[in-house]
Amino acid sequence: MIQFILRRLAVAIPTLLVLIVISFILMKVAPGNPFAGERTVPQAVLDNILARYGLDKPEWQQLVEYVYNVVFRLDFGPSFQYRDRTVNEIIGQGFPVTFTYGAWAFVFATLIGVSLGIVAAVRQNSWLDYLAVGFTVGAQVIPNFVIAPILVLVFTLWLRWLPGGGWNGGHWSNVIMPVIALSTSYLANIARITRSSMLEVLSSNYIRTARAKGLPSYQVIFGHALRPALLPVVSYLGPVFVGMVTGSVVIDLYFSTGGIGQAFVNSALNRDYSTILGITILLGALTITANLVVDILYAWIDPKIQL
Amino acid sequence: MAPVLTVKDLNVRFALHHSTVTAVNDLNFTLEAGETLAVVGESGSGKSQAFMSLMGLLAKNGTVTGEALMGDVNLLALSKPALNEYRGRDIAMIFQDPMTSLNPALRIKTQLAEVLVRHKGQDQKTAERHAVEMLERVGIPEPAKRAESYPHQMSGGMRQRVMIAMALLCQPKILIADEPTTALDVTVQAQMLDLFRTLTNDFGTSLVMITHDLGVVAGIADRMMVMYAGRSVEKGTVDELFYDPRHPYTLGLLTSTPHVEERSRRLNPITGSPPNIEHLPRGCSFHPRCAFRFERCFAEVPPLRELENGRAKACHYEDKLVYEESAA
Repeated sequence: MIQFILRRLAVAIPTLLVLIVISFILMKVAPGNPFAGERTVPQAVLDNILARYGLDKPEWQQLVEYVYNVVFRLDFGPSFQYRDRTVNEIIGQGFPVTFTYGAWAFVFATLIGVSLGIVAAVRQNSWLDYLAVGFTVGAQVIPNFVIAPILVLVFTLWLRWLPGGGWNGGHWSNVIMPVIALSTSYLANIARITRSSMLEVLSSNYIRTARAKGLPSYQVIFGHALRPALLPVVSYLGPVFVGMVTGSVVIDLYFSTGGIGQAFVNSALNRDYSTILGITILLGALTITANLVVDILYAWIDPKIQL
Repeated sequence: MAPVLTVKDLNVRFALHHSTVTAVNDLNFTLEAGETLAVVGESGSGKSQAFMSLMGLLAKNGTVTGEALMGDVNLLALSKPALNEYRGRDIAMIFQDPMTSLNPALRIKTQLAEVLVRHKGQDQKTAERHAVEMLERVGIPEPAKRAESYPHQMSGGMRQRVMIAMALLCQPKILIADEPTTALDVTVQAQMLDLFRTLTNDFGTSLVMITHDLGVVAGIADRMMVMYAGRSVEKGTVDELFYDPRHPYTLGLLTSTPHVEERSRRLNPITGSPPNIEHLPRGCSFHPRCAFRFERCFAEVPPLRELENGRAKACHYEDKLVYEESAA
């Protein structure tokens, strides 16, 4: 187990390096640069700016210096867009916000989604099942940029229960709507995966054995069926977790939460090289970690899998 | 002595898209204390479904009518929670496929112990100790170590032994074994039959052995019931049915079994194939395949009639059955 984790972490380092190199090359290949604007700037001024950010050096040297700073000093460099901010500051400010509502959304989507899936499967073809399936179809097809304004309309403008935006240090009233808007479609997917997987497990021979033993239904469902049924759900949860805690530009836009999702999109639009790279590396590291956790969970659920 | 199980007018039906099929048709039988009853028939004869219905294990589209009296309790009239009190404790079942009948995610000891915790109110520790003892009784080497294993770490024969141990933990009055040896090696089969004989004897458990293997029947059963297309067509002791079959289907089963000593070049199958229970032939279901049929067989379903010493058969033909080797 510990050996497995160490081995995976050892593989993670070259993976991240490859990620950095590829992102770096892609950025440089893409047309435009951070300082290309509508106004023509005198060549001398432009040269000065490029020298300030080290862009006058050959590309390979830029890459080597960047990697050196990241690996040995955990320094992602200055932002090319905001003159007085470093990428570390941008991430340090936005990521906690994103992680907060993302993690809540993840917990919410998983708990409600799995419960909904179990109920629908156990009461297959009852009105409860139809209700759950109907809800999940609806939740899947309505995009979050539609859900978000509806939430604001209902809870802020009509009912006046919740503030329409802002972060306010992560006060619960500011967190609720981003969490709901972000989790709805994921919740629906989790419910559908749980339902179909649960249905399959419930018709398996070993569940028949459990019933033949005279175990009460709750014990058959939670003691025997749930763990094997969660296998496909868990493999879906890994990427979902990363997607959620790295935020969403839609959520940040509608609720002015100031998360990292908006910063990421802006940096790409502005060719803010260092911010793009910084956030990409963060995403990469999170993805690797999430996959590692998924694999460990897999081994716990299915004893046939040896780490 | 009163029988441990009396089944009266058992009918099992399954609702399909546009119709209903009757998988078990007016089945009547008794199971005496301590005896072994073999239920014999081809695939689709309803032999498994009849006993699944007693255990409350029919598929969702299945319904059952009739009575199944265990003492004065009618198993078929019980609510699900009430049935849960009996199944696993007084009536237990072992299934055909040991490879998929144990939960892959749980340790053997967990799967065994929960039966005792559920039915005997034992605490986890005591239950696990008894589980290990039972594993030893069914012939699993190093039972304490094996109890910690997961099913995938065991062979098919070992898993079936675990299933037997699980079924017998509460020393049930009735054990239903649904083709328990079909998926196993022939060498393991013989060991398994020995195990059934010893343990049911020790615990005074009545055994129902559902099988299509007459070798198994000869090895273990006291009485047998032959089923065809959802009905029982002949009942009697194993000796009577083996040496003096009265129903053409029973005769067909016996003559189609190959014998080592004969070494005949041809097998003697029953011609034709089992009927589709959605479209049973009129009259006797067996008549299209029967060498002894006459006009009555095409029109009337033969009722199961009592013969001498508790034997019964469902056939219109009255003369002695004389087997003629088919010219083919």
